[in-house]
Amino acid sequence: MNALQNLFHNKKQNQLSLFFTAGYPTIDSTAGIIEACQKAGIDFLEVGMPYSDPLADGPVIQQSSTRAIVNGMTIELLFNQLEALKGKTTIPLLLMGYLNPVIQFGAERFMEKASATGASGLILPDLPIHEYREEYQTLFEKYNLSPVFLITPHTSDERIKLIDELSNAFIYVVSSAATTGKKQDFGQAQLVYFQRLKSMNLKNPLIGGFGIHNRQTLQQAWQNLNGAICGSAFLKKLAATPDAEKAVEELKKDLGLKMD
Amino acid sequence: MTVKFDTNPTEVKRNQNIPDERGYYGGFGGAYIPEMLYPNVEELRNNYLQVIESADFRKEFELLLRDYVGRPTPLYYAGNLSETYGAKIYLKREDLCHTGAHKLNSVVGQALIARHLNKPRIIAETGAGQHGVASATVCALMKIPCTVFMGSKDIVRQQANVLRMKMLGAEVIAVESGSKTLKDATNEAIRHWINHPDDTYYLIGSTIGPHPYPDLVARLQSVISEEIQSQLMKQEGKDYPDYVLACAGGGSNAAGAFFHFIGNGKTRLIGTEAAGEGVDSGLTAATIYSGTPGIIHGCKTLLMQTSDGQVMEAHSVSAGLDYPGIGPMHAHLHTTGLAQYLPVTDTEALDAAQMLSREEGIIPALETAHAVAALSKLQFKPDDVVVICLSGRGDKDLQTYQQYFQEI
Ligand SMILES: Cc1ncc(COP(=O)(O)O)c(C=O)c1O
Repeated sequence: MNALQNLFHNKKQNQLSLFFTAGYPTIDSTAGIIEACQKAGIDFLEVGMPYSDPLADGPVIQQSSTRAIVNGMTIELLFNQLEALKGKTTIPLLLMGYLNPVIQFGAERFMEKASATGASGLILPDLPIHEYREEYQTLFEKYNLSPVFLITPHTSDERIKLIDELSNAFIYVVSSAATTGKKQDFGQAQLVYFQRLKSMNLKNPLIGGFGIHNRQTLQQAWQNLNGAICGSAFLKKLAATPDAEKAVEELKKDLGLKMD
Repeated sequence: MTVKFDTNPTEVKRNQNIPDERGYYGGFGGAYIPEMLYPNVEELRNNYLQVIESADFRKEFELLLRDYVGRPTPLYYAGNLSETYGAKIYLKREDLCHTGAHKLNSVVGQALIARHLNKPRIIAETGAGQHGVASATVCALMKIPCTVFMGSKDIVRQQANVLRMKMLGAEVIAVESGSKTLKDATNEAIRHWINHPDDTYYLIGSTIGPHPYPDLVARLQSVISEEIQSQLMKQEGKDYPDYVLACAGGGSNAAGAFFHFIGNGKTRLIGTEAAGEGVDSGLTAATIYSGTPGIIHGCKTLLMQTSDGQVMEAHSVSAGLDYPGIGPMHAHLHTTGLAQYLPVTDTEALDAAQMLSREEGIIPALETAHAVAALSKLQFKPDDVVVICLSGRGDKDLQTYQQYFQEI
């Protein structure tokens, strides 16, 4: 079991995960953000690997990625930063990014490094499932990394079942047909979708993401799924204050987890 | 520069113009898309062949191509050029299509598909504005609301086409992100599609994007080489040329002009790509020359990227070729030697535009001028039959031409 699987083994409900872009706001922000999140009791983290053309992302993550690349962030550097942090934090980490930089780094070399520097899993949203099965699955297994796949309200039941079969940590439930960072409360459409997922009795926990930005969206995800991932809203806090601990506290207030 | 052909031109290879079931041309193609796009792309993949091969579609498509687009376009024997370059040079006059470029061929077909899939609105990306104008045109005809994404840099350099799109009733959205050119216009169109999956058809302008788009666009544009075959049969008594020259941005006019000749063992297929200020200047869009395998806009192909896998910004005076990737079919044709790709600089293209204007009384689009420029890079035998795909007309580029020719 990797650290992420271990976490899901022990904690079934009300998971809170944050996403941030490595190299943002500054090139060496990564360690401070991870430490601050652990201290604040965040359950696990997605470390975003910046990409020049993030197709599925809205303006906030786009801008953080552009900035991180300008700052000089690379995958190599990220691994060095994570290596230096090893043993200092225990919060489970996932690496999230687009496939092209991973391919250029070398898929196997990437997974070997990811595993060696303490990552529990990878989210590569543009990796096709058939290619995962044919070319990547054995590598994930070899390096004890969990693959995390996205599903949306438009994903068919059949495909969700296939994804459930291939997953061993959690399924990433994209809340609506949208790019990241949409600020809208969850409505009837999300409830129907969450109920549909619940009734499928999947073996993996369901973690909701895209649009988690306030108390309402967090609570809806917590009540209907096993947890929530918050990304753009966190990056906005990080943009507003250089102090990562303060940014997490501010975010928790917005999410209704802390009184003013 | 004289091109050396390493491949044996008489080698015959069949079926290299269509991808396998998953959309791969050799090692290039596929569909590298986030789950948000999967259902839409899957819907198109499951339907496109059946639709475009159906009798109803063929009938409607062919009628529109004939009476609305103005097909077949002439295959014009360019006597003056032939004399200058010592070969039998023909121009395939795609510039005479309604709206002034080959783009309309694919737009007509895709709009019919959108209607078949019950998608009530259309979005498109555009670089030079020709695909945007073609989309706006067909959407006006078919009464479909149309939104076009265009980089703000391209909006400035292709003003005439922006005005045309607006006149036709399309909404033009200026893209301010990244390069502010075709690459980022495509990103924004895809993002918009992610946010509007139910009612929107994404009408891609070239042989790029996730499978099935490259194949769909290539098949719709293949009317170009189909016509060349029968026109040459009448005019030259043979149904293939010795050379086809076409410019390649994403590669749709080249794919269409090459389609029926790919792997025939007889025709030398020459694509030209925009070298900008020179292939090694750092300001280039010569993807085949300076690119490496990777993923851009949902397909595996050759692209200009850093060693970290970040997509680089392209540079070309021609908005339609200013793209850091190339369609996967061309990456495959290049890798297998079934076609050759030549870099052509901004200056060479501008000079070729003036040359063609003065020699034949035809002002080409800047994109097209890159194909014309290949004439002086090749050595022909006197009875070689050479077809240049004259992909578009130059009205939209007069401002650029004027600026350049005033400067020198
Ligand atoms: C006249 C003309 N030719 C060529 C191109 C390049 O596109 P493609 O490579 O898809 O033919 C464009 C694109 O805008 C164009 O307007």
